Amino acid sequence: MGEFKVHRVRFFDYMPSAIRAMVFSTRTERLALARADGALEIFNFSDNYFQEKVLPGHDGRAVEALCWVGPRLFSAGLNGEITEYDLENLRPRYTVEAYGGPIWTISVNSQGTLLAVGCEDGTVKMFEVLKERIQFQRNLDRQKGRIISLSWHPSGTLIAAGMMDMIRIFDAETGRATHRLLVDRGAGASKSKEVVVWSIAFLSDHTIISSDSAGKVQIWDGLNGTLIRTHLITKWDVLALSVSQDESSLVAGTSEGTVVQFQFISSTVDRLDKDWVRTRTFKNHSHDVRALAHTETAVVSGGMDTQLVVRPLLDKVEKNTRESAMRKVSFPHRSLVCCAKKAGLLLFQFPDHLELWRLGESDGYGKLGGSLPVKRGPEKLIQLKRKGEDHICCSALSPCGGWLAYSTVTSFRLYRLQNGSISICKVSKLPKDLLPAHQLCFSTNSSKLFASSSNSSVVVVALNELECKYLGTLKAKYGCRQPVHQLSASDNGKWLATANTDCEVHVYNLDKLKLHCTVPVYGSCPTAMAIHPTTSNLVVVHADQQIFEYSLVKKEYTEWSRRLQKQGLHSMWLERDTPITHVTFNPKNPAHIIVHDMFMFCIIDKSLPLPEAKNVLYNQMALRSLPEPDRVLHSHGFKICKDFQHLLCVSLLEDHSLVVVERPLLDIVSQLPAPVRQKKFAT
Amino acid sequence: MAALYAGYTLRGLAPAQNRPNSGIQGVEAERDSDHVVVTDSTRCVTLYKVSDQKPLSCWTVKQGHTLTGAAVYNARTQEYVAVSDRKVIRIWKEDDIILDKAFKATVSSDVWRVHCVAGGDPVVLFHRGAVRLLDSLLSAPQQPIEEVLSPEEAISWSTNIVTESQQFVIFTTEQKGDHFLYLQRLNPNSLQRYHLEREEPGLSPLSFSVSYRDKHIRLLYLYPNGHVYESVVSVRAPVPEEGAQALPLPRSLLLSLPVGEGLLQAASAQELDEAHVAVVGVPHPSAGSGKDFLCIWNTNFQTLQAGKEMAGKIYGQLWSFWNKLFIPHGKTFSVIPYDCPKSSLASALGKQRQSLTNDQVLELIKVRIQFILGSLAKHFIIKMLNKSVFNLLMQTAPVEEVQREVQLLLSRTDTQDLQTSVGQLASTLASRSLNDPAFYTPSSLVQLVHTRYLCHSVCPDLVLLALERKDYFLCQLCLQFFPDIPEVVTCASLIAQEHEAGLNGFSLADEEDRSDNLAEGGATAQRDNEKASAAEQMCPVGLHKAVLLYPASARLLRSNICTMLSNVLFLQYLQFVYLKFSHDACKPTQGLRSPSLTQVMDWMGLLLDAHFTVLVMTPDVKDLLLNLHRFVKSQVRFVSELGKIEGSLQELDKMALKRDVGQYSIEIIELF
Repeated sequence: MGEFKVHRVRFFDYMPSAIRAMVFSTRTERLALARADGALEIFNFSDNYFQEKVLPGHDGRAVEALCWVGPRLFSAGLNGEITEYDLENLRPRYTVEAYGGPIWTISVNSQGTLLAVGCEDGTVKMFEVLKERIQFQRNLDRQKGRIISLSWHPSGTLIAAGMMDMIRIFDAETGRATHRLLVDRGAGASKSKEVVVWSIAFLSDHTIISSDSAGKVQIWDGLNGTLIRTHLITKWDVLALSVSQDESSLVAGTSEGTVVQFQFISSTVDRLDKDWVRTRTFKNHSHDVRALAHTETAVVSGGMDTQLVVRPLLDKVEKNTRESAMRKVSFPHRSLVCCAKKAGLLLFQFPDHLELWRLGESDGYGKLGGSLPVKRGPEKLIQLKRKGEDHICCSALSPCGGWLAYSTVTSFRLYRLQNGSISICKVSKLPKDLLPAHQLCFSTNSSKLFASSSNSSVVVVALNELECKYLGTLKAKYGCRQPVHQLSASDNGKWLATANTDCEVHVYNLDKLKLHCTVPVYGSCPTAMAIHPTTSNLVVVHADQQIFEYSLVKKEYTEWSRRLQKQGLHSMWLERDTPITHVTFNPKNPAHIIVHDMFMFCIIDKSLPLPEAKNVLYNQMALRSLPEPDRVLHSHGFKICKDFQHLLCVSLLEDHSLVVVERPLLDIVSQLPAPVRQKKFAT
Repeated sequence: MAALYAGYTLRGLAPAQNRPNSGIQGVEAERDSDHVVVTDSTRCVTLYKVSDQKPLSCWTVKQGHTLTGAAVYNARTQEYVAVSDRKVIRIWKEDDIILDKAFKATVSSDVWRVHCVAGGDPVVLFHRGAVRLLDSLLSAPQQPIEEVLSPEEAISWSTNIVTESQQFVIFTTEQKGDHFLYLQRLNPNSLQRYHLEREEPGLSPLSFSVSYRDKHIRLLYLYPNGHVYESVVSVRAPVPEEGAQALPLPRSLLLSLPVGEGLLQAASAQELDEAHVAVVGVPHPSAGSGKDFLCIWNTNFQTLQAGKEMAGKIYGQLWSFWNKLFIPHGKTFSVIPYDCPKSSLASALGKQRQSLTNDQVLELIKVRIQFILGSLAKHFIIKMLNKSVFNLLMQTAPVEEVQREVQLLLSRTDTQDLQTSVGQLASTLASRSLNDPAFYTPSSLVQLVHTRYLCHSVCPDLVLLALERKDYFLCQLCLQFFPDIPEVVTCASLIAQEHEAGLNGFSLADEEDRSDNLAEGGATAQRDNEKASAAEQMCPVGLHKAVLLYPASARLLRSNICTMLSNVLFLQYLQFVYLKFSHDACKPTQGLRSPSLTQVMDWMGLLLDAHFTVLVMTPDVKDLLLNLHRFVKSQVRFVSELGKIEGSLQELDKMALKRDVGQYSIEIIELF
């Protein structure tokens, strides 16, 4: 296949934000996750844990708790507001002030009619869930001390509240506190310190389970208000609790980064009386576990170390299958890097600023596997701070390097870069149709800008030196409401493909500004796609790792795609646990498709035979270690290169050199605050 | 020590040019040690009286028929059995003159061979692996014969042995490069299949030989790369169930024979007894790459015991009956008597089972030494007779001139025939020195030994000379470089130095003088080291002895012929070397002639293992052992600490490697 010059870039200081809260909806199989910077992410657990939506953060918004009410998502935070989100337009729908000081917790009753929020001032406030909004109903008895955690009894008549040093049980009808359960403080020096009931769960058999800052998980009898059992599981805080749907298992997350599972089982086989028994301990985090979700088959955890970990419970899934593998989501499932192929520029998207870098140069010739002398180092040209409080939601750099655009949920900005990108000036006169966008994309010749907006529509704007002119809006068929998360324009300027989170892929004819065709809907969400520059075939990669190639001219799947589907992808390919986030092509060889996920990049050579299912899928490193004749024997159409890890972007520049943007996880870990101190052997 | 005696011709071989085989199909023992039955590859079976070298009878099948299996002699019925035309079994007695009038029976399947050994019944092995007793087969000759082997599998060799209780037919097969061993028990019948481990790809065993000892069947096989393996199968091995997989057959490397250039073509290895293997078609280690040699190797010590050049082409065939080797070569079929006395040393070293008392061993060694010295004298006379002019010079010239001539000879660039002349020269010099007490040229001899063209077989008197002249440096060099020093000589040298230890021996100064004299020969760093350390710590053994001890001990581990005194001395010496090693561990490369640390440890372990009880009971050694124990304990602790440090440093190493990648680099990768 030959040699490639690779720009190995490690100066993108991408730093994900800590996970604050998460909530799983069994009905929709979706996990909502809130980060410390206020950003929300929606993961579709039924589609390979794909991160299908990202709602950008906001400076003032500190989400402390999340709550699904049917398909609606509510959050509450320390700014004292309750927010409902518009998941179709990826923005807050409205915000309600609770007037109780910072809100620590939010909880909905099982009927989905009442939202209870716990406030700093000691009140539990009830909000009625209406069709389009929520309305304050009343306060429960006001207590001394803040309400940290809340849990409804499934019947909806009782509500338990975790506070400082105690747990209160309220009658939801009357608003009276019926029981007061006192929680022990920790032993020793922490005796004088108040104990915080971080999390609480009210089970249908009136058992209350609490976790607190003294490291205890306690089981209470909610009818009599008595303590049944105490499990001391850590010296530090137990920050999160989550109970499985059938109430037979619960997990508790600690500041040590461990997740401890308890199960409601009888101590001996023939005995009937069951008890909560500590069963398993998982250690997948280095820092606090702040958020937990117990799905039917797995424990989902997240915390300060920014990774989302899905740990399947091996008694619930079949062993050695795709479901039984642990998954870690470290990077977003979309690209934060934009590469100007012609200009050799890289645009890095951070929540609060953009960085524009020029790649270095080298004129030497090096040997294989070695590095070349860098003649001119990489250069940071521009650091552009965003305006306003909303975080950047998407950004794009034109291939020529002359235009830069970004959007937040409230504003859209376009900049003109000139004179070798030294000067930047804002384009002030923008057409009024150019609304804040979910995704941005420039045409290959940099003459057009595409911005996806509400209802899967795409606004097309023509750019030139003098003005910025609105050309039209591409609208999909009626009824498409989901946001477009992928945009791809063809090199010849004729086609534009869009993909939305309903798994629909639309192709528009840019000459007529009309829908050209719709690719048959596949059951998994597209994670990356691109239109081939010469053949005009659309290559779409889905979250379940399937690859399709669709001919835009013939409006059918290509021969290669059919062959691929017929033979099936190799199981090793399908078992990868990070999605393909970028597709690009090699202009030198039209048979090449370049894709990458977090741990590898792969050049798919369509002219070579596909890897056989029964053989081992050799990657490049393994092939290199083989003797020459065996190499030919084992080589196949999927040239998988794992030399570079933790990839955020792989792109091919116009001079045929590869750009590889790495962000080693160790670098992220090294920027995290110190974890809680633990006594380790010999320290 | 095993010996090959003068051979004689049993018969000539048909003078066919470029024939790959010798024309002899098989040789079988007859009624006693003096009779053999030889079967031609064509039509003829001949009975020979070996000592008379003449045929007693000859039977021939008719023109148009061929013998396809070697004739065997059934001692019980005094009949001969042979197979002709694959399917016809013929049985006759000695007084039958015309074979075609004798008994014939045609069977239904192709016969591979008929086997019969003394004490057993004749058995018939069919081509497809089935086995029948001859009697039962003849009762119904047309009985159906089952196919045991798979279609691609073919028998390559077979034999038959009788143990106390059972009779076995053993045969090997080849299937697509894999080799299998079949063990067929008779009465009750059972078949066991073993898979021989693969040698280098493409190599098939050249020859097999089987023997039965101590309830075990030992299979010996030779590969073209000179490796001789032994596999042991217990005769009592449990009978496997039907259809069981081929069991892997473990093997051990007995010998790694020198093969010269290329692989062996026609060679054969025959086990003579538990310690000796006769090999034909393998080059002699000190005679170039010609492969026409018959050698006897000692497998316990890996030493060459006897060798004989066989004139003419070697066919890779070898039989041995009653201390006689039968070997076809060139145009003759020779009988070579041999003798493999049980090695006393091997039993002394625990390499053999039977045990001898110390006195017996010492007695044996004395006899051996006398024998060797006697044979040396004979060598002299022969060699004196065919002397050349150069030899004449060597024998008459004064020391200085001889040294100069040797120097000149060795500096010659054409090394073509240097090998033979070096051998001649060395033996001439050695014999002259032995005869003339005033004449000794140590430096020349050292130079000659350093050429590495010499070996003990070429110049057997060199070691004895060195011992006689108490030239321990030369002695050490010989022990170091000669691969084939027989154990008796090693013993003799050790005993000699033992004796020396009792006397006053050399003074240190004398030894230094000598080392100066031999500077050219390479007085190694080892000596200097020893000298230096001797000042701070007394070496328990004299220098010359230490020098000698090293290579000798390599050959003579665990020897209990060394007296108690020598054991203690040896242990002291080992401790000394061990301490020295631990003092300067940073200098791992000692001279060529100093033992390595692992060797020292091995020897120490072996010595303690073999003599621990005796050593513990000896009061003088107690201190030594305690010291050793203390030191070893501290070393163990030290090393375990080092291990920990190494672990940490390794981690550091890994981390450092990863950090190497900076923020930005331009790299070249290749995709295949």
